[in-house]
Amino acid sequence: MAEGSDNTVLRFEDVSVVFDDVLALDKVSFVLERGESRVVLGTAGSGKTTLLKTAVGLIRPDSGRVELLGHDISKMEERELYELRSRVGILFQEVGLFDSLTVEENVAYPLRNQQARKAVDSDLREQVVEALRFVELEHTLDKFPSELSGGMRRRVGIARAVVTAPDVVLYDSPTAGLDPITAYTIMGLLIKERDIRNAATVMVTHRYQDGQLLANFRYNPQAGEIEPASRNGSRADLRTKFMVLQEGRLVFEGVQEELEASTDPYVSKFVRR
Amino acid sequence: MLDFLKPPIQTFQDFFLLAGRTLRTLPRRPHYRDDISLQMDMIGVGSVPIVLLVGFFSGAVMALQMSRALAQYGATGQVGQIVAITLVRELGPVLTSLLVAGRVGSGIASELGSMKVTEQIDAMRALGTDPVQKLVKPRLTATAFTLPLLTIIADFVGMVGGYLMAVPVLSLTTRAQYWNSAYRSLEYNDITQGLLKPFLFAIIIALVGCYYGLRTTGGTQGVGRATTQAVVVASIWIFVTNLMVTRIFVNL
Repeated sequence: MAEGSDNTVLRFEDVSVVFDDVLALDKVSFVLERGESRVVLGTAGSGKTTLLKTAVGLIRPDSGRVELLGHDISKMEERELYELRSRVGILFQEVGLFDSLTVEENVAYPLRNQQARKAVDSDLREQVVEALRFVELEHTLDKFPSELSGGMRRRVGIARAVVTAPDVVLYDSPTAGLDPITAYTIMGLLIKERDIRNAATVMVTHRYQDGQLLANFRYNPQAGEIEPASRNGSRADLRTKFMVLQEGRLVFEGVQEELEASTDPYVSKFVRR
Repeated sequence: MLDFLKPPIQTFQDFFLLAGRTLRTLPRRPHYRDDISLQMDMIGVGSVPIVLLVGFFSGAVMALQMSRALAQYGATGQVGQIVAITLVRELGPVLTSLLVAGRVGSGIASELGSMKVTEQIDAMRALGTDPVQKLVKPRLTATAFTLPLLTIIADFVGMVGGYLMAVPVLSLTTRAQYWNSAYRSLEYNDITQGLLKPFLFAIIIALVGCYYGLRTTGGTQGVGRATTQAVVVASIWIFVTNLMVTRIFVNL
């Protein structure tokens, strides 16, 4: 990596974002390191999505500093950001699949269109099928997004986010509006992606159980499924931190035990669900 | 006090910012050639039938209208000239561009508008591609290239329509005289303005369509609003630009 020994993937320093006189983010500061996972909890409108969009420069901070993969992006020109963004995977809440492109073209999109990449067509298809196999949807290549169920669309979105093997993956409410079984499948994919490639992961959610899964489960490549990680195992919960947002302010940051022990009425609401 | 002026000035400024950004992406790679050819097919080839139809009827009605006026002066032999000049200078470029504004400008605005409201534009940016380069540039290039060609088709078909009305139907003149006067009346000045106009109108149609599409907010209703605005604004600017260009060429 060009950043040398610095392990920081994402750094927020006193970041504030204002929308029409309302503070969407209020002096938020945190640091995400390589291989680390972060679960961001908060109610609707607490600034979770804004935080993710600010992290990749889709929204510019009104004050403060955002550092992504060693580059200060708060003042960067949009054009310079494109290359940096090609090293980040992002899944939007509404997925944002291109509805006039097939599943295959959607997943191939970053490979084919990112300027930094010189994809050859034959490799490209292989990579696309590989990414779709990862989410177990390799049979849907020729389908259009409108022909898929909500859960399948999310999975295609995950395949598109990770097809470029990004250094950091950001998920915006990946399980919102899904039934418990599909939600569990999606969380399994997130954990699998994190553990196979050791990518830094930020997941925004309002469901504490999603965070619990991300913190306490790991992917077992032999069995091909997720299983509880032992506390002293290779991935104990210390690699996963929780953050809680309340009306744009970061009101809690810490590991699961600290979160469960919190006496703050707002923070503890998420745990007692 | 002058607050009411803010929104239109803001819109004007945003539009020129988009135009500037698009111009800057023109020489810059990647060029997305596949997207350009796809747009040329949709914008150019797709508009041929309607352009044929409109060209033909405007030429024919022109010959019909002129038949009485010319007969008063005993100058029915000049019908070819009248049809050719009006078509090449004015009717061809303006009618073709208005039609394309309705067909293509609305299409661009609604497509980009739908993409905007369903987070696809954000997704595009997040996936490391520039929406201006990927969406606006191919549409601008394709429209600017195909609209002058469509105008040439409309002009020619219009002259054929005028001929069919003037010679076989009304017997105003002979075939040779019609085509001869049409051909001889056209000067370089006419051809230049006849091709410069659709080129400028194409830039207006594509950029206005993209601009209103990309700034769409407010769900499906917003998409409808953006589409209407794109067509209305593009049409107005076509008329305004037409007047300015004509003013310049009349003096040349």
